[in-house]
Amino acid sequence: MDIVIQQLINAISLGGVYAMLALGLAIVFSIVRLINFAHGDIMTFGGYGIFLSLAFGIPPLGALAIGIGAAVVMALAMERAAFRAMRGADVVALLITSFAVSEILKVLFQNTISPRPVPISLPAAWSSSYRIGDVVIGVGPTISIVVALVSLAGLTLFLRRTTTGMAMRAAAEDFEMLRLLGVRANRVVATAFAISGVLAGAAAVVWTAQRGSVDPMMGFFPVLKAFIATVLGGLGSLAGAVLGGFVVGAIEVMTQAFLPDALSPYRDAIVLACVIAALLLRPDGLLPARSGARS
Amino acid sequence: MSDAVLEVDALDVRYGQVHAVRGVSLNVTQGGVTALLGANGAGKTSTVMAVAGVRPVAFGTVRIFGQDVTGKTPEDIIRSGVAISAEGRRIFASLSVEENLKVAGNVVADADVETERRTKLMERFPILGQRRRQLAGLLSGGEQQMLAVARALMSAPRLLLLDEPSLGLAPQMVDRIFDIVEELQDEGISILLVEQNATLALQVASHAVVLANGTVAASGDPEAIASDSVLREAYLAA
Repeated sequence: MDIVIQQLINAISLGGVYAMLALGLAIVFSIVRLINFAHGDIMTFGGYGIFLSLAFGIPPLGALAIGIGAAVVMALAMERAAFRAMRGADVVALLITSFAVSEILKVLFQNTISPRPVPISLPAAWSSSYRIGDVVIGVGPTISIVVALVSLAGLTLFLRRTTTGMAMRAAAEDFEMLRLLGVRANRVVATAFAISGVLAGAAAVVWTAQRGSVDPMMGFFPVLKAFIATVLGGLGSLAGAVLGGFVVGAIEVMTQAFLPDALSPYRDAIVLACVIAALLLRPDGLLPARSGARS
Repeated sequence: MSDAVLEVDALDVRYGQVHAVRGVSLNVTQGGVTALLGANGAGKTSTVMAVAGVRPVAFGTVRIFGQDVTGKTPEDIIRSGVAISAEGRRIFASLSVEENLKVAGNVVADADVETERRTKLMERFPILGQRRRQLAGLLSGGEQQMLAVARALMSAPRLLLLDEPSLGLAPQMVDRIFDIVEELQDEGISILLVEQNATLALQVASHAVVLANGTVAASGDPEAIASDSVLREAYLAA
């Protein structure tokens, strides 16, 4: 029983990271139809932000805040420098642009910082654990779960309650009509990128806090899983991205925990096989994006 | 001449090889209603969308309130005092009725003014007030059209572009929509009214333009166009 609860916590913790990343991808995709392959580099940049702040002696909490800020700045810079010029281009052209941005950033990380992992030393207490009854719970996963839930709840409130949030939902449905109401396209798009930056930054915080290092490829694998999560959930659907993130996280943790050692090299293959099976049953994803009702 | 709030001069709109609008000129005078008529595919919506800045103008100029707005962004054009109720209504189906209005209220700088306008519009169109929390996608076609008009009015426009407001509506609802057009006209809003329902449009219009195959086939006094049987049969199917 204890092991089940512990694995459940691990699943929610990992799923939360995927959910945040997937949501960042989905919110940008829903508005500008960009599958942002460079999203992982936003996360990596956030990680380096944390590393550099700590190296300059900034206290841990401040460093994490700077990490999130760095991710937001990177997301906005990317939009302004690369994607704005490509606005309205087709999905493939946008995807290739994001490949280019991603490659450039990886080379910059390698050449200006280091191709190898650099350590992030956060307080030892953050990597300890505590006990509830017979269940031992790591502080890291706990932080991860709390950060993910706070981010998701915050974003939901933002999208539901603020007029900017409403405009974002409207933009996902019919961007041209939104512009025909005088709402500034650049502001809506920049907000979408900023949100994706916050979420990628939060993911970087959680990821580095648990792994203790940053390298140029840090964002690549989690974002790859997040891509899978967005497709599983239904491309462009925000709720789908979150659900997809948790599902992918859960399958991954479960295969890790309960699969015989001999099968462990096939873990990712098994995760993907599950995703393919799910897509065969529901080709539009688990929670497909609502398409705008244009009669 | 210069009491025109909208002057379209020799407008060309192209989509790749397709030449949707060719040399169209039309005016909307201050306080007037210009009906833009013609069959499906005649170029009516392309003209309106080019005026609003969301279709590229290949040639010609668009002047609104005397300012040349050719090539400007839709945001800038709308913010200069123009509003549009687009073809197909294009309400945000996954937002509530009130949220649709709030999104349109983004252009209103003063929050109190925005709230007041929204409240007044929900009183003016009581069905919207009653259904304010309902998803806009669940409204009937006529109700969605009212929402599209109310949403356009959130910016208190001086020039309103109404694209096919009666399309697909029940006859009773069509009458209601044309009543609204007349009310807006009485309030001093200048209107470009795109319609397939020529009979009703010609009754409320002060000027009429008939498009066929992307060019102006006729323009002038609505009564003259209404009584021209050749024109009616050829282009207006009415």
